[in-house]
Amino acid sequence: MLFAGTPFELNRIMLIRILVAAVIMVVFWLGTRNMKIVPGRGQSLIEMGLDFVRVGIAEDLLGKKDGRRFLPILTTFFFMIVAMNLTGSVPLLNVAGTSVIGMPLLLAAIAYVTWIYAGLRKHPGAFLRNALVPRGVPWPLYIIVTPIEILSTFIVRPVTHTLRLLMNMIVGHLLLVLFFLATSFFFFEAPGLFKFFGIGTLAFGFVFTLFELLVAVLQAYVFTILTAVYLQLALADEH
Amino acid sequence: MFPSVLAAAATATENPLFPSLPDLIWSAVIFVVLFIFFWKKILPTVQKNLDARSEAIEGGIKKAENAQAEAAAALEKYNEQLAEARTEAANIRDQARQDGTKILNELKEHASVEAARITASAQATIEAERQAAIVSLRAEVGSLAIDLASGVIGQSLADDKKAANLVDQFLADLEASEASEKKTSK
Repeated sequence: MLFAGTPFELNRIMLIRILVAAVIMVVFWLGTRNMKIVPGRGQSLIEMGLDFVRVGIAEDLLGKKDGRRFLPILTTFFFMIVAMNLTGSVPLLNVAGTSVIGMPLLLAAIAYVTWIYAGLRKHPGAFLRNALVPRGVPWPLYIIVTPIEILSTFIVRPVTHTLRLLMNMIVGHLLLVLFFLATSFFFFEAPGLFKFFGIGTLAFGFVFTLFELLVAVLQAYVFTILTAVYLQLALADEH
Repeated sequence: MFPSVLAAAATATENPLFPSLPDLIWSAVIFVVLFIFFWKKILPTVQKNLDARSEAIEGGIKKAENAQAEAAAALEKYNEQLAEARTEAANIRDQARQDGTKILNELKEHASVEAARITASAQATIEAERQAAIVSLRAEVGSLAIDLASGVIGQSLADDKKAANLVDQFLADLEASEASEKKTSK
């Protein structure tokens, strides 16, 4: 391992992440290097991807003005997560960049800080009161409501935000490892007719690889859209 | 017994919910790099292109609108000119008709004046010829009558002066009786 023993220690997953970052940068750099008003095929594809986040997530949930403000972070989230997730299904890489907790945790923490910052900035006095002491509730209920709001908004949200992505990737990875190791075991180590089970496990491994591709895109979308939803709730005028 | 399975199991000893420092650091480095890449490089480029595109589309629409307005203005002008030309043509026609009527009237007048002149000159000629005829007749009749009378009464009235007086006297009586006859017959 490179830099072994230092805080910059590189294991396989870190190398995969660096590779993915490089690939993202090369693809987007090439795709937007020579942009034309009437797009060609490659540019259309890149624009379609960027518009998916810009129109489908940012402008749809946050509106034109705020959507544009938070577009960089949402775009980065989406393409970073989708690319990191997809490495779980890429031969030779075989593990998602997001399948150790550091990256999901970091991204969830960035999202958390961002929406709290956005809320505090938009409603400096009212943000926390709106979040914790919602209007229209009889006052004795605040004894119950406020702790629930603290828990659900400020604790459960970032935790689920992290774990949803992390667990999807870990479980996907474990499933694929399980199927392919079982296939290997049945083919090469199991005795006699047990070898035929290998065909079944191989087929499942193939199907779950396709499923992982879907999950990779879906989880990236979910993570990004949840970030946008948290921002929208923080920026909303009425709670 | 199953070495590959055991090997896989042996690696899963760390708690997956506890992040290691290199994990966090590399995640942060990659995030920051990609964030700056998208924020400062890709999104402005794309936004610029989008703006240029919408401008081009709006420009195209505006150009089309201008062209349409120009065409409408040209059509209006053309129609105006056409109407003007029609009015002018009508004016010219009216003028021509008036002129025609005027010329015709002038010609008619001219013709009637000419006709009157011709009639007058013809009457004058007739009158002159009649006078000439009367004078010559008077001389002829005079001499004939004298010859006759001299024959009848046997008296020579050869003296011209006397004869002319006599004839004149006779004719004057004749004219007077004729005039009185005309008066009475009227």
